[in-house]
Amino acid sequence: MTRGGAGGADGVGARTVEVNGRSCRVWEKGAGEPVGFLAGIGGLGGWTPFLDRLAERRRVIVPSLPGFPGAQGHDLLDTQLDWILAVQDLLEAAGLAGADLVGSSVGAALAADVAACGRGMVRRLVLIGPLGVFDEAEPIADVWAQRPGDLPGMVCAEPANFQAAVAAPEGEDAIEAQVLLLRAHEAAARLLWPLSDTGLARRLPRVRARVMLVWGEADRVVPFGYASRFSELLRGETRIERVPGAGHLAELDAPDDVAGRIHAFLDS
Amino acid sequence: MKLLWFHLMPYTELPDDFREKNPSVWVDIDSGLFDPRRAHHMYNDFMDELEFASQWGFDGVCVNEHHSNGYGLMPSPNLIASTLARRTEDTAICVMGNSLALYNPPTRVAEEFAMLDCISGGRLIAGFPVGSPMDTCYAFGQNPSLLRPRYLEAHDLVMRAWTTPEPFAFNGRFNQQRYVNIWPRPIQDPHPPIWIPGGGSVETWQWCAKMDYVYSYLSYFGYKAGRRTVHGFWKEMDRLGKDRNPYRAGFLQFVGVAETARQAKELYREAAEYFYGRCLHVDSRFAAPPGYTTEATVRARVESQVVKAASKAIGRYDVAITFEEILDKGYVIVGTPDEVAARLRELALDLNIGQLMMLLQYGNMPKDLVAYNTKLFAEEVMPQISGLFDDEWENRWWPNPMPTQQRAVPQALPESLSQPSPGARLQ
Repeated sequence: MTRGGAGGADGVGARTVEVNGRSCRVWEKGAGEPVGFLAGIGGLGGWTPFLDRLAERRRVIVPSLPGFPGAQGHDLLDTQLDWILAVQDLLEAAGLAGADLVGSSVGAALAADVAACGRGMVRRLVLIGPLGVFDEAEPIADVWAQRPGDLPGMVCAEPANFQAAVAAPEGEDAIEAQVLLLRAHEAAARLLWPLSDTGLARRLPRVRARVMLVWGEADRVVPFGYASRFSELLRGETRIERVPGAGHLAELDAPDDVAGRIHAFLDS
Repeated sequence: MKLLWFHLMPYTELPDDFREKNPSVWVDIDSGLFDPRRAHHMYNDFMDELEFASQWGFDGVCVNEHHSNGYGLMPSPNLIASTLARRTEDTAICVMGNSLALYNPPTRVAEEFAMLDCISGGRLIAGFPVGSPMDTCYAFGQNPSLLRPRYLEAHDLVMRAWTTPEPFAFNGRFNQQRYVNIWPRPIQDPHPPIWIPGGGSVETWQWCAKMDYVYSYLSYFGYKAGRRTVHGFWKEMDRLGKDRNPYRAGFLQFVGVAETARQAKELYREAAEYFYGRCLHVDSRFAAPPGYTTEATVRARVESQVVKAASKAIGRYDVAITFEEILDKGYVIVGTPDEVAARLRELALDLNIGQLMMLLQYGNMPKDLVAYNTKLFAEEVMPQISGLFDDEWENRWWPNPMPTQQRAVPQALPESLSQPSPGARLQ
């Protein structure tokens, strides 16, 4: 394991694992019980304050989804089954089989599906602004039909928070970073186009893990009404938390608050 | 060279304040602006115009496919092409084309194009566009990350359906069919000529070269803006060792002809400003679905500031909308027959274009002006340029129809046929 792999962030280790023969980046920091994190729209250009807060009390393992920055192989995934199996393989290879799992946005849609399909795969599940379900009566916003420059303000309450999360670490090639961000958007679109409905609603009743649903109060992508929809479909014990001042990617807008609620849930 | 008459079929009655009051002419255009009874007249006028162009000797007539689009009223160009197959005689019918990934299963395209080839006696040119982001990804909900693999697979399926004599099973990544065995089959052997409308991607150039298809650059921005792209195409052909046969390449150009230069400017101002001001008023949020543009093309655009500027102009529809600017940028060529002929000759020679598609109707151009433009072009421009390239190069991408004398003559049944003849079998 190399050190300083996440854009030079202190104490972050980086390695790669293979999924479908393609390499996927895995970052890791901290000690204690492992908790995985699957990122949302845009993925992660570097380590974030939210991950630091989580790593204060846990061994945080951050595998990059196929096609997201640091990982390849989205072009091999045509169906929902392809995606679910790829994420299962990724979690296993990262050492997260049976561990607690946090997913945000796109990552939450996949985390929930993995928990539904492989019941032993996830211990406790945290879903932050999950995609994957679509209700015609209360449509999810179309993140892929935004005018140039509008996306950051759609996914974060403070647009700079998104830009900081997806930016290339200092010294890295800016053109390449732009290509990587476009690729992350393509990977998410490949999974979720056109409505963000993956059929997850039919599988959510299979989830046996305890679940916490986290919603930014200023989420402009997935309306808060989806929290109760998820809660109804999840038959087990479910907790809903709303985060003031945070948008769709709540962990980027309110890292301390979101990490604190996750610690409280995982400790309970 | 070949001169083809292209119709986009724009809705001609978008309001004067369309641009100010509506975000987009495409995808989420207000259905309240569409009057079906007015469209009845528009469609019939447009079909009259295409037939008129055929009568005046244009080598081909072109139709294309758009969805949820205020400047393109042909979700199914094949419907229009079928009427042209009946109502025209020796003109090539260029369907430019069917967006292959939108048809499920894609053998539908093989069937309908074969029908058109049969009805027309072998006059079909088969266009296979990937389709614009607005049409394919937004109006039709296709996944931008899967669009190109689906397109390429659909192409393979259609070509096999046309050229395989016995039923076969197709086990594709996206399409599975146990019995592919289309009836009817095309007259043209092995298949109608294939033209690929494309933007400026290197992959499409390479694919056209490999498959020996015509590459057609259908830009609305004319000769000046298209130079870089078309020169890039020929440079790539040189690199791949292909000859410079001008019939490998198609190009689209807006044209307005009149007796005097001054008259031309007066006559075509309104239609041009209507087209560029209202018809190309496209919301930029529908321009770039992630994955639609390949990474190689994205890299090329990001790295080349010049290309970036060009793609910005096209991708975001950052368009000139005053007539003076439209003319200055060369979107539309207007002038006397001699002036237009000179500029089209220059265009054809500089871009090395053998298949020239022209829009002589655009925007809200009234029918009488369309007829005037078409007739004057046919009488006075066409003779000056139609002979270009003919003695130097063979057009291997042109329809090969049945001999005229062997073709059916569409006609109403005479009254005498309404009684069975004495020898007819009655059931």
